[in-house]
Amino acid sequence: MTANQTHRPAIHVRGLEKSYKKLEVLRGVDFDVARGSIFALLGSNGAGKATVVKILSTLLKADAGTASVNGFGVATHAADVRDSISLTGQFAAVDEILSGRENLVLIAHLRHLKDPGTIADDLLERFALTDAAARKVSTYSGGMRRRLDIAMSLIGNPQIIFLDEPTTGLDPQARIEVWQAVKEFAEHGTTVLLTTQDLDEAEQLADRVAILHQGRIIVNGTLTELKQLLPPAKVEYVEKQPTLEDVFFAIVGDDGKDGDARATAAASVRSSKEQR
Amino acid sequence: MTKHFFGDTAVLLGRSLRHIMRSLDTIITTTIMPIAFMLLFVFVFGGAINSGSDSYVNYLLPGILIITIASGISYTAFRLFLDMKSGIFERFQSMPISRSSVLWAHVLTSLVAILVSLVVVVAVALLMGFRSGAGVLAWLAVAGILILFTLALTWIAVIPGLSAKSADGAIAFSYPLIFLPFISSAFVPTETMPVPVRVFAEYQPVTSIVNAIRDLFTQQPVDTDIWIALAWCVGILIVACTFAMVTYRRRIS
Repeated sequence: MTANQTHRPAIHVRGLEKSYKKLEVLRGVDFDVARGSIFALLGSNGAGKATVVKILSTLLKADAGTASVNGFGVATHAADVRDSISLTGQFAAVDEILSGRENLVLIAHLRHLKDPGTIADDLLERFALTDAAARKVSTYSGGMRRRLDIAMSLIGNPQIIFLDEPTTGLDPQARIEVWQAVKEFAEHGTTVLLTTQDLDEAEQLADRVAILHQGRIIVNGTLTELKQLLPPAKVEYVEKQPTLEDVFFAIVGDDGKDGDARATAAASVRSSKEQR
Repeated sequence: MTKHFFGDTAVLLGRSLRHIMRSLDTIITTTIMPIAFMLLFVFVFGGAINSGSDSYVNYLLPGILIITIASGISYTAFRLFLDMKSGIFERFQSMPISRSSVLWAHVLTSLVAILVSLVVVVAVALLMGFRSGAGVLAWLAVAGILILFTLALTWIAVIPGLSAKSADGAIAFSYPLIFLPFISSAFVPTETMPVPVRVFAEYQPVTSIVNAIRDLFTQQPVDTDIWIALAWCVGILIVACTFAMVTYRRRIS
């Protein structure tokens, strides 16, 4: 890495525009992501978060504006960009027919790494998937699948990881497992661009948050800065019903990132349904 | 990037072949329809058809092989569609690999799967009494024509595979191709057909391909049919490949 690269932001976006036919999705998006930080792009459905990620990961061409990733222009140096990044999609892009281990080995081969088997085994261990390693991914729970998806993204130690709505559709415990995984690899200096609809998720993970609304970034700052923009907190007394999350942890316990414990719980729920 | 083309294609080909090994039903369903047609035509209609050949199964097999290829490519489109839809196509495209390998792996998988199906169908035909005195060279020529035709139809299948909105849409294109052999010399000689149908039958690709393969099997001298057949295959291949590449560029930009 050149000195030039280390001083420049990991992701640099200016005036990004994109339309699908007549629908203007991005109307001049600007933001920077500092090296080694977690940046959350927050927005509702259809705000254009996925479009930003697709442009930055060279899957889509912008109509106007510039974007660079790891110092390389996405339009001019797409190959170098792809060498620097990893993409974890909205719909966990894992191979359903292969086993978890085969998925990891496949990606290691495609990244032209030595000893794909060892890389796969290490990641299976790290993401608590060793017991399920030989099983077809189609038998995995949502949380296990997402953990595998993230493990696949880490192969080859990319400098920048795009996490496109990593916890959408996951149950509370699986969500926390994903958060733990993200925090862990962010500690090792990986830059993360996270998209989410969930303020809570941004709060849990991000160093900086930007809100994408109607094709533009309307706020960009640290959480503290963002909170200052919100109306001051009021004290109200409201009877608190236990949330599904509370119920869940009361029954299952919140210690485990053990996929099998959850699989057993899920199986018992399923079988009790079947008995009915 | 392109320095990894062969390695990446091999890795991705291995992946798709593993899919097929784990769902052999795709090979079975590909071969069931042609085999059913072959049984039906040989044992039910065959006795009443005057094909001008001693053995109807000998007359019929080339057309059945064409139907096998046409039914096989619907899975090519289906497999590609699934990769597009699941997001794994995008994952591959965002990685530092030779990007066209993703498409080539699907094309080669299609070729391997269809060749296996063709071998199964020929084996069934042998059980039903198909015999050919063709030499090694003639068999190689038959294989060459079938491979070329498979590649041509595979590139056609890539187009709906990349652009379809639903799985049904991805495979529906193959139905007319499966029925094309019926309006050709594959099942009956074209002489008995009414003039407009006959003209269509004689000037569509299946007839020349079927006639060329039949001549090779029966050790007849291959006349101009083989050149017309090859021209059709290469022509379809070039046009389909061009349109597939245009569709592909549109999907990845």
